[in-house]
Amino acid sequence: MDAVWKYLPKMLEGAMVTVEITAISVLIGLIFAIPMALLRVSRNPLLWGPAYGFILYFRGTPLLVQIFLIYYGSGQFRVELEALGLWAFFREAWFCAVLSLTLNTTAYTAEILRGSIRSVPHGEVEAARSCGMMGWLLYRRIILPKAFRLALPAYSNEVVFLFQATSLVSIISLMDLTGVARVAAARSFAIYEIYIAAGAIYLIVTYGILYIFKKVEFRLSGHLRERVDNDLPVTTVLR
Amino acid sequence: MLWDGLQLTLAVGVCALVLAMLMGLIGAWGKLSRNVVARTAANTYTTVIRGVPELLLLLIVYYGTPTLIQDVAEGMGYDIIIDVNPFIAGVMTLGFIYGAFSTEVFRGAILAVPKGQIEAAYAAGMSRIQMVRRILLPQVWRFALPGLGNVWMVLIKATALISVIQLPELMRNAYLGAGNTKLPFTFYFAASLIYLGITIASMLGQQRIEAWARRGVREA
Repeated sequence: MDAVWKYLPKMLEGAMVTVEITAISVLIGLIFAIPMALLRVSRNPLLWGPAYGFILYFRGTPLLVQIFLIYYGSGQFRVELEALGLWAFFREAWFCAVLSLTLNTTAYTAEILRGSIRSVPHGEVEAARSCGMMGWLLYRRIILPKAFRLALPAYSNEVVFLFQATSLVSIISLMDLTGVARVAAARSFAIYEIYIAAGAIYLIVTYGILYIFKKVEFRLSGHLRERVDNDLPVTTVLR
Repeated sequence: MLWDGLQLTLAVGVCALVLAMLMGLIGAWGKLSRNVVARTAANTYTTVIRGVPELLLLLIVYYGTPTLIQDVAEGMGYDIIIDVNPFIAGVMTLGFIYGAFSTEVFRGAILAVPKGQIEAAYAAGMSRIQMVRRILLPQVWRFALPGLGNVWMVLIKATALISVIQLPELMRNAYLGAGNTKLPFTFYFAASLIYLGITIASMLGQQRIEAWARRGVREA
């Protein structure tokens, strides 16, 4: 147990790296996922085709392959990347990790959004159309807000998956929580104690994320719940 | 070389899936059981497994359990050395992890069987085992198929993680090939296309199996 206490500060630092990488990838991924989902639901094959291919590739291959492809694979194009001045980025494990996690979560999030855009009730779209809303206005006012709310439960799962998937970046030598735990376990020989402590940190953050999403979901579904009047006790109303 | 890796990847995947379905059935039974101990154990199992990354669980099983067993044995006065076979460690870890996911799948599928049918089975004089065998399981398979298909597709991609414990599956062989030839992009891209092929084949296979399982169901 001593080893756990000794390495705990380092592991918490590692956990910060994990949370940081997750947050950056989730944010950028969400920003990219919205246009990607819109392309995906388009009827023009030139628009939905590439989006479909992108989503299929990143959802159909393991994240570890994607990370290796970007981190090690970029070495094969070193000369070209140097000519473009991008090599400085691809040399960094941190950049490659965030890039691959971002592309991965973009694909998954776009697929979730596609599903929720498709499940916006047709009547609402029709009503908006008959009020004269078209194109972007229709998406901005009616479809997207509804789609986001419908997507939230599935999206919270995706964020949790991405958070856990960041443990893979330890394989390309980043010092995230898993990376720190691997070094600490190798140095202290308290292998299962350290790993179990790291697992406990992951567990706490995971359920923390789920708790926050539940709160957000509750806030956003206020109009769907039965009204509770705080001023009047229920009994007086009944009388 | 990638071909050998593919075979090992599929072998790990299939073995892990069988273990996962077994764990899933036991877990679902535990979750729906009236026995408090079984219910708590099943709930703890799914909660813990779904909250911890696969890679970390793999490291715990592969590196952690042998030392844990050795420490316990040493405490009892035995001196043993345990070497875990990477194949078995991989199958155990993946089976254990995806057992938690299939627990949820089976739980949902069992709950989807109309209660009236179960009551009718008892009323017709079936014993509990007969009811499970004749009424519950045939329908649970059908309800669980979409979920199990998902579990399989996530699982087969997760087998790439086992390369970390040096099992020469697809990913590990791509890594070795990339190192030997200095063509990392070529090798990883080829490996990714093989995984993509597995995913697409699984999607098509899943559609066919689901259509086959639905053959007796009237559709609106």
